[in-house]
Amino acid sequence: MHKLIHSNIGRLLFFGALGCLLFLAGNRVDELRVYQGATLAMFVVAISSIILLTGYSGQVSLGHGALLAIGGYSAVLARNYWSLPIWLCFAVAVLATAAAGSVLGTAAARLSGPYLAGTTLALAVGLPSIANQFSFLGGEQGLLFDVGAPPASLGADFSPYKWYFWIASSAALIALWWLQNILRSRYGRTWRAVRGNEVAAELAGIHVGKAKTLAFTLSAGLAGLAGALLAMTIGTVSPSAFPLTLSFSLLTGAVLSGVTTLPGVMIGAVTLVATPEIANAISHRLGDSGAVTSNLPGLLVSALLILVVMLVPNGPVEQLRSIRTRRSVSTSR
Amino acid sequence: MTLIVSELCVDHGAIRAVDHVSLRIEQGQLAAVIGANGAGKTTLLRALSGLTPARSGSATWKGHDLLHSKPEKLVRFGVSHVSEGKSVIPELSVEENLNLGALWRRNAKESEQTRNKIFETFPRLEERAGQLADTLSGGERQMLAIGRALMAKPELLLLDEPSLGLAPLVIAQIFQSIRDLTTQMGLTVVLVEQNALGALEIADVGIVLNLGRIAATDRAQSLIENPQVRAAYLGY
Amino acid sequence: MFTFIDTLLIGLTSGAVYSLMAIALVLVWRSTRVVNFAQAGQALLSTYIGYECMGRFHSFWIALALAMILGAGVSALIEMLFMRTLFKRNTGPIAGVAPIIATLGLLGIIRGGIGIFMGGKETIIRPPLSNVGFTISGHTFALSPFKLVILSAVLIMMILLSLIFTKTNIGLALRASAYAPEIARLAGVKVDAIRTLGWAIAGAAGAAAGMLQTPNGTGALSPDSLEFSLLLVFGFIAAVIGGLESLVGAVIGGLLLGLVLAIVLMYVNATLLFMTAFVLLIVVLLVRPQGIMGKKAGRRA
Repeated sequence: MHKLIHSNIGRLLFFGALGCLLFLAGNRVDELRVYQGATLAMFVVAISSIILLTGYSGQVSLGHGALLAIGGYSAVLARNYWSLPIWLCFAVAVLATAAAGSVLGTAAARLSGPYLAGTTLALAVGLPSIANQFSFLGGEQGLLFDVGAPPASLGADFSPYKWYFWIASSAALIALWWLQNILRSRYGRTWRAVRGNEVAAELAGIHVGKAKTLAFTLSAGLAGLAGALLAMTIGTVSPSAFPLTLSFSLLTGAVLSGVTTLPGVMIGAVTLVATPEIANAISHRLGDSGAVTSNLPGLLVSALLILVVMLVPNGPVEQLRSIRTRRSVSTSR
Repeated sequence: MTLIVSELCVDHGAIRAVDHVSLRIEQGQLAAVIGANGAGKTTLLRALSGLTPARSGSATWKGHDLLHSKPEKLVRFGVSHVSEGKSVIPELSVEENLNLGALWRRNAKESEQTRNKIFETFPRLEERAGQLADTLSGGERQMLAIGRALMAKPELLLLDEPSLGLAPLVIAQIFQSIRDLTTQMGLTVVLVEQNALGALEIADVGIVLNLGRIAATDRAQSLIENPQVRAAYLGY
Repeated sequence: MFTFIDTLLIGLTSGAVYSLMAIALVLVWRSTRVVNFAQAGQALLSTYIGYECMGRFHSFWIALALAMILGAGVSALIEMLFMRTLFKRNTGPIAGVAPIIATLGLLGIIRGGIGIFMGGKETIIRPPLSNVGFTISGHTFALSPFKLVILSAVLIMMILLSLIFTKTNIGLALRASAYAPEIARLAGVKVDAIRTLGWAIAGAAGAAAGMLQTPNGTGALSPDSLEFSLLLVFGFIAAVIGGLESLVGAVIGGLLLGLVLAIVLMYVNATLLFMTAFVLLIVVLLVRPQGIMGKKAGRRA
């Protein structure tokens, strides 16, 4: 089984099976769960984008929300102005964001730690406000995003939410499969070398700047896909759909997933989907005051971020793995 | 007033860097610790000044437990450590580097007297008092590092490879000043050195470390004459 | 012509507040090599503390002093509770950025907490002196007594801190701990305490920024207000323009940023403010990465 997962065809089969499982699950649960499933898939894509960037190439982005915004807006513009078919809109989102990412990445490759962190943070704060500047971006109200009705062949009782879920989970599966492959390729090894020791990587003949820019570009492409998925699930794009708290949430998700372990990505995504639910339950008990309802989710996410960084900095998956290794070492002694 | 180390073990990750080391250095003695790369010399010194936590064993000096105190506290007990590789702060001026060593004493007058004494020993430092330490040569940096340690008026001085990366002529100078300072100020000195012969020539006693364990300990002169030590560490 | 002079005056005062924020960031950077993104949150918290104090003591100045003292306390507490643990543990893939991520989490907690407890209330801080400009020969200039206070507060703070850093023993200990913590410890400096002190001074500077910024704007205080996002981002950009190491650089960076933004605001468009600042940041980072006051060494953290 283990060997199978680690071969190329095995991975394809694995993801295919996962897709079938999701398809069956999607038919059995109620609308709300299906909608949450779509959100979950969106978070999986967004978090794996950060994992690729931070975990594998060692660059930090505190402002991934900005990249999601670029993706969301490009998908909507492609749909509304050129009336492209929906899958092409997603492709446009990926390409446009990757292009923006390559520009940013060129600058980012020359920055380290705190400078990159601050720059991306500034972008996350500033970028959404551009929408107010240009009328074709719809200002504060934003633009509607209509992915269209599900194909008639799927039956009359096939709800739009189920359609979102289908699109989002296929996109997530394709993205994960592709990411798995690229991380095992030459590029993946290059990034790990750069993250481990930049100077040593440079001496080994790796063009560090190029490797970092490539990582940033690919990560941006994934973020663009996530942004388009987000726009699809909420049905609109507007500056308020990409607040600073979104960037914080994604970062929390990535840290929870263990930034270097792709398999942990579900932990982060599930947590992010569950947090608003938990916050809702708590604020309901506290009497549903507006201040609590609007601030509690952000507070919970931030508290989680701090706790994870303080207690399990490498994520629960990695923590478990290292405990297991330690045990096996001590028993083999 | 004796430095007593007994059964000291220090781990470096999974590797035992210092392995059941016991030694005794009397007051006023200059002890040279020699050995190959990776013999545990630096780790031993870092454990004695509280920089690296010890695994087990004990080390006491003047009744103070050296292993369970922070370095900033040990300085107040008269233990000064000059760490490996010219431990000066390049962004600060020579004078500031020196003053740093006596900050905790909060006595400007006494500090100035000590500083003047150090300037007598190392006149080069006085000439360059206002310059950034960054502009000093390797030998001058080492003088500054030792000077900074002396500003604390230490009684036990831990020196880690003062000869590292210096020209032979400068090494001889530095070693001579270490010897003079030990005698003049009545210091107890633990000198960790790669340059075994140079160190043993100025030392009272010598300690040979090999793979974390003590391989030999004797009067420095006897070690120089010991054929095994000569073959293994002195290269002739 | 008058419009232009007014633009410059407005730019200088708002720039002065960014300078205070940048000073706070530089102080934390110098003492612990961390960019404290929670600084804006701490400033917000301190300003709320100041607001509460104003209700009790009916004096802006007492409130300012108390906000600065308590802001320093909060900052010191954050360093002791969170940063110390994070610094002691320096392994793992995100070890280098863990403190930065932690400050971001703190920012979220402070904002969310204030939102929950103070969000619904209307909180307004009025300027203690007139914020109506001086009138000279018929034209009312954008320079008011209160704006004059802001400008001089920043200048005094900069000079005072620079003197402390270069002339006093505490300053020497602060610099040594920042440059080479291990050597500083071997020299007998209590590095942990000194770092906490650096954070405390920064907390006071941030509190002053919040207390001066709020009445200089609309006076309304809210956890979601744009003013604090401005402080967060513009403070960082000002600090980077100044080279992140230098107090004088932070002040010049802040004033420069304030001027540029005021000109954009007056002659172009308010919605382009953030993007202008962002472009300025990128240009500085790519063209002169060591900042206007920084030394030549590269920006590797």
